[in-house]
Amino acid sequence: MEHFMKKRYLLLVLIVLGGISLFVGVSELRLKDLIELNQNKWQLLLTSRMPRLVALVVAGMGLSVSGLIMQQISRNKFVSPTTAATTDFAKLGLLVAMIGVGGSGKLIKMLVAFVFAMAGTVLFMQMMKRIPIKNIIFVPLVGMMLGKIVGSITTFLAFKWDVVQNLSSWMEGDLSMIMSGNYEMIYLSIPIVALGFFFANQISIAGMGEEFAVNLGLNYKVVVNIGLGIVALITAVTLLTVGNIPFLGLIIPNLVTLYKGDHLKEALGHIVLVGPIFLILCDVFGRLVVFPFELSIGMTVGLIGGLFFLGMLLRRAKYEG
Amino acid sequence: MIQLRNITKSYHQKKVVDDVSLTIPKGKLTSFIGPNGAGKSTLLSVMSRLIRCEEGEVMIEGQKLEEWEPKKLAKKMAVLRQSNHMSLRLTIRQLVSFGRFPHSGGRINKEDEEKIDEALNYMQLQDIQDKYLDELSGGQRQRAYIAMVLAQNSEYILLDEPLNNLDMRHSVEIMKTLKRLTQELGKTVIIVIHDINFASCYSDYIVALKDGKIAREGTSEELIEEKVLKSIYEIPFKVQHINSQRVCVYY
Repeated sequence: MEHFMKKRYLLLVLIVLGGISLFVGVSELRLKDLIELNQNKWQLLLTSRMPRLVALVVAGMGLSVSGLIMQQISRNKFVSPTTAATTDFAKLGLLVAMIGVGGSGKLIKMLVAFVFAMAGTVLFMQMMKRIPIKNIIFVPLVGMMLGKIVGSITTFLAFKWDVVQNLSSWMEGDLSMIMSGNYEMIYLSIPIVALGFFFANQISIAGMGEEFAVNLGLNYKVVVNIGLGIVALITAVTLLTVGNIPFLGLIIPNLVTLYKGDHLKEALGHIVLVGPIFLILCDVFGRLVVFPFELSIGMTVGLIGGLFFLGMLLRRAKYEG
Repeated sequence: MIQLRNITKSYHQKKVVDDVSLTIPKGKLTSFIGPNGAGKSTLLSVMSRLIRCEEGEVMIEGQKLEEWEPKKLAKKMAVLRQSNHMSLRLTIRQLVSFGRFPHSGGRINKEDEEKIDEALNYMQLQDIQDKYLDELSGGQRQRAYIAMVLAQNSEYILLDEPLNNLDMRHSVEIMKTLKRLTQELGKTVIIVIHDINFASCYSDYIVALKDGKIAREGTSEELIEEKVLKSIYEIPFKVQHINSQRVCVYY
């Protein structure tokens, strides 16, 4: 399998798919229009289709990378921002920012969401340390339950302050509203992903366990916090720009490490390509299946991801080794 | 040189290691022996900074353990515990490469590659170096972990039950390798070991622990004595001399 999964092939697939996705949509866009320099069509491409593609690619990279980092740090293949309550805490943070600071700027919202995501993830990791059951499946289930509890608090607060409408747009990842001018924050994910590459070896060593880390002279706690910080930031940024895309951080890392192994530095190069490819496929599918309407990306990925998660649970023996 | 001064460590008010003072001879193979719960592994963990002790101090080359800079210490001393269950799917070579981390910080250079190859050769893993850890037998995996510790190229090597999971052939190979490390490269090797005959035949120095205290310490000749062993393990022992080795019969 590895032969077919060379990075340059993956890059080629990504470029071709990305190119195709630019021409899928309700308003017709053809290559001919662009060659003829039709101004309206160029406008459509630059203000709507391109931003959508960029958001998709960057979100796909970011969420997949944060999933793999999460799995290494928690030493559990089933843990991802979705199954460790990170996303739900980020949502709660978003709501608090909306209520607390009113129609505040995006940056403030993002920062508050980040703080909540970070605190929530640390809380989850601490819970896991204290709960004696170390079953590999039990851990993500507890995370999802915690997420649901936090989610219901969020919903309650949203009702109370009458902001359910505003909040729901972030509940489910939706790309149809992405336009130039409202998605640019997603670019913040790129330096954060780069940070992940920079600390890849340290994170892998932390993933080998605290004793290995101490033996190799690594400050375990600092590395774990850097890793969780990367995850929380990416989650917050993505949530605020494209919304929640569940399970992506679970599917892609598990697919890639299946053929590439868990060496973070080696796997990351593939992760940042496979994540966007998968998201683009889901997006094109979601736009075509009920044409001229569209299924939101959150729903499409959530559906596939849910099935994937179920399949993983059923095949758990293989992952437990 | 590693010196322990009045080390005490307790769990739930029970002293597992009780006021132990010890000097580990340099360039030798030292074995910790003793019954279950004697505190061997705990002592090894305290020496290697995996566990903090509440009293006493560990001196590595005259400097207190906690005053060592972590990276520097990682080049000086390597440790491998018995419970090395790892969930990461790495190849042997990738694992061994991580042993170079204290030296190269993850950017493997030419010298690192040489050390990695050396370690793989030393543990006879070069043919299977690209296999994943989860595809290996228990013995191969154990050898891979030891190879990682070798790649770390530290002066002190501390291993907790390195013969765990190994059959006799591989046990002998590992012990011979450890002995070679002391003789050829002048390393100081400290192991926790249960098999008294392996301890007898390969150790230069043996420390016998019982109830958290040092029961006896000395050379292999001084320690592998019927009376000494009987008092430590509380079962009758016979020590036979076979090919100038002391072999214990206790079945």
